[in-house]
Amino acid sequence: MSGNAAPLVAEGLSRSVDGEVHLAGVSLSLEPGRFYTLLGPTLAGKTSLLRVLAGLDPAQSGSMVMGGRDLLRAPVWTRSVAMVYQQFINYPHLTVHDNVAFPLRRAKRSAAEVDRTVRETAEKLGLTPFLGRKCSELSGGQQQRTALARALVKGADLLLLDEPLVNLDYKLREQLREEFVNLFSDKGSTIVVYASTEPLEALMLGGTVLVMSEGRLLQAGPAHEVFARPASEEVARIFNDPPMNLLDGAVSDGELILPGGIRKPTAGHLASLRPGRYRFGIRAGDIRVGGAGVPVRMELAEISGSVTYLHVSLDGAPLVIQQAGVHSHALGETIVADVDATALYAFAEDGRLAAAPAGGGEGGFRDGSWRESS
Amino acid sequence: MASLYRALKAAAILAWSAFVVAPFLWALTTSFKTANAVTSGPTYLPWLQYQPSLEGWRVLFRSYGQGIDIVGPYLSSLFVTVTASAVSLVLGTLAAYGLSRYTYRLGFLGNGDITFFFISQRIMPPIVLAIPFFLLLKFLGLLDTELGLVIVYVALLLPIAVWVMVDFFNNIPREVDETAMLDGCTPVETFWRVILPNCKPGLVVAGLFCIVFGWNDFFFAFTLTFTNTQLLPVAIVALNSSVTPWWSLSASGLVSVAPLVGVAVVLERYLSRGNLAGAIR
Repeated sequence: MSGNAAPLVAEGLSRSVDGEVHLAGVSLSLEPGRFYTLLGPTLAGKTSLLRVLAGLDPAQSGSMVMGGRDLLRAPVWTRSVAMVYQQFINYPHLTVHDNVAFPLRRAKRSAAEVDRTVRETAEKLGLTPFLGRKCSELSGGQQQRTALARALVKGADLLLLDEPLVNLDYKLREQLREEFVNLFSDKGSTIVVYASTEPLEALMLGGTVLVMSEGRLLQAGPAHEVFARPASEEVARIFNDPPMNLLDGAVSDGELILPGGIRKPTAGHLASLRPGRYRFGIRAGDIRVGGAGVPVRMELAEISGSVTYLHVSLDGAPLVIQQAGVHSHALGETIVADVDATALYAFAEDGRLAAAPAGGGEGGFRDGSWRESS
Repeated sequence: MASLYRALKAAAILAWSAFVVAPFLWALTTSFKTANAVTSGPTYLPWLQYQPSLEGWRVLFRSYGQGIDIVGPYLSSLFVTVTASAVSLVLGTLAAYGLSRYTYRLGFLGNGDITFFFISQRIMPPIVLAIPFFLLLKFLGLLDTELGLVIVYVALLLPIAVWVMVDFFNNIPREVDETAMLDGCTPVETFWRVILPNCKPGLVVAGLFCIVFGWNDFFFAFTLTFTNTQLLPVAIVALNSSVTPWWSLSASGLVSVAPLVGVAVVLERYLSRGNLAGAIR
């Protein structure tokens, strides 16, 4: 796509608006031809970061350099950036063809090249039948495909996608997400940054995940590695849906003590833990119903697709259990749940990871397995 | 039920049309009547009920006896209205885009206050402005000139243009501007190539308002001109002597409405089409 193959290096990007901190010193290095997922809850600063990376908003401090060029001082229209928004943003007065052709025409490409490139891109995104239509005559999915085509067509150095699927219905979202994997497999030297609130999306799209919260970058690394070894409690919570269960507990005399009188031997990955207080993390899928467990009180059963999420109370501590299949439980009912010790994460009191299960735990969504249950 | 509803709707539309069109028909027949025909009760059919005459129309041209010249004021009115509307539309559109997209601080005043300041010009009664405008034009040496009237009309029409256009610009998401800039447009190109083409209905509405208000103004045309310059509304009123010449008043009335009807017919299709194409979502 683009000939410029330099990494984008940002140091200490900060931005606050009316005293509210949107970015609190974000440093990152983005390599050409790589795919990044910017994962974080709402208001984590994902959009703020993308807008600063695009040059749409200024950073109050920090630096951003690409191939020796100071990007913070470059006007937006001289940069090589494409952006797709949550909302479906197109030029309403133009047809789909002219929308996609717009950046190419601004770049003074020849008419023949413009037409050929537009048709190729439209074909890839299934827009060929709609090329002659105005964007206002398209469905939401087609409008977003048009915006995506316009962003892809110019082969920018930096392609930013700000939760592009969030305003689409569930089926369409699934379908487009699958297409994304193919679309971005051939990205040349373009840096793609995809902002998302969904852990599943980060894992499906692969690449490098950048976990963000409250304007800070918490952890960066290959998606599966970060999922398996979250550096902190906060990352573990953000990178799991439902968020990872956290239980206050302790290690003493070679035994692990959890609320509700659960006691487990400190075997395997937990053997290295020194005696003291910890918070133990367990994914919803790593708690089993039945067996030699402890009694928990049902508070809410939430059926989602082909799984049931049981919100229970373990001696006052809230816990979410993922149960395969559709089940109905009476509120207030007492059921027996068993925590799988081999899937336990341990976080030190300052929130940092102290021990993680080998392979990232059993109930995790590894590759396709999670998709079926979501 | 559906057919009854349609019949009622058709009847309502017909009734309203008659209500709107009747005065024009009345003016049209009157303009071809003589003094006798006007005073001898309501008649509508030429040749059958009264003998048509071109007297009312002839009076409007200087070449005919003691009539008045309506061509001069007509051209003056056209020039003043079109110039003032064009200037207002250009300045108003630029001002509105600025107010819609950029943040201004004028002491403790912000964008909302500036926009309101523009609109507030139209809230006070025009007579309040008569003396200031008179003194201003006198100071500039532009009393009784077309240029003086253009300046005054721009001051009066600009708020309308700003008001209409701010609303249209606010309805276009900022992200459209941003996307244009990311696609390589400078701010000026963004405005010209992307934003303005999407505001055609707004331009039509604002232009229509400017032309109608400018063309119909009597008050300032009357107070700020004397002998050298005369606009159409003032000239028409000047027709009124000791005997009210209903026939020539009717003729001049029709003549003065004609350009507005023309403008409405031409722009109407942009309006309805623009409303559909302008939907952004």
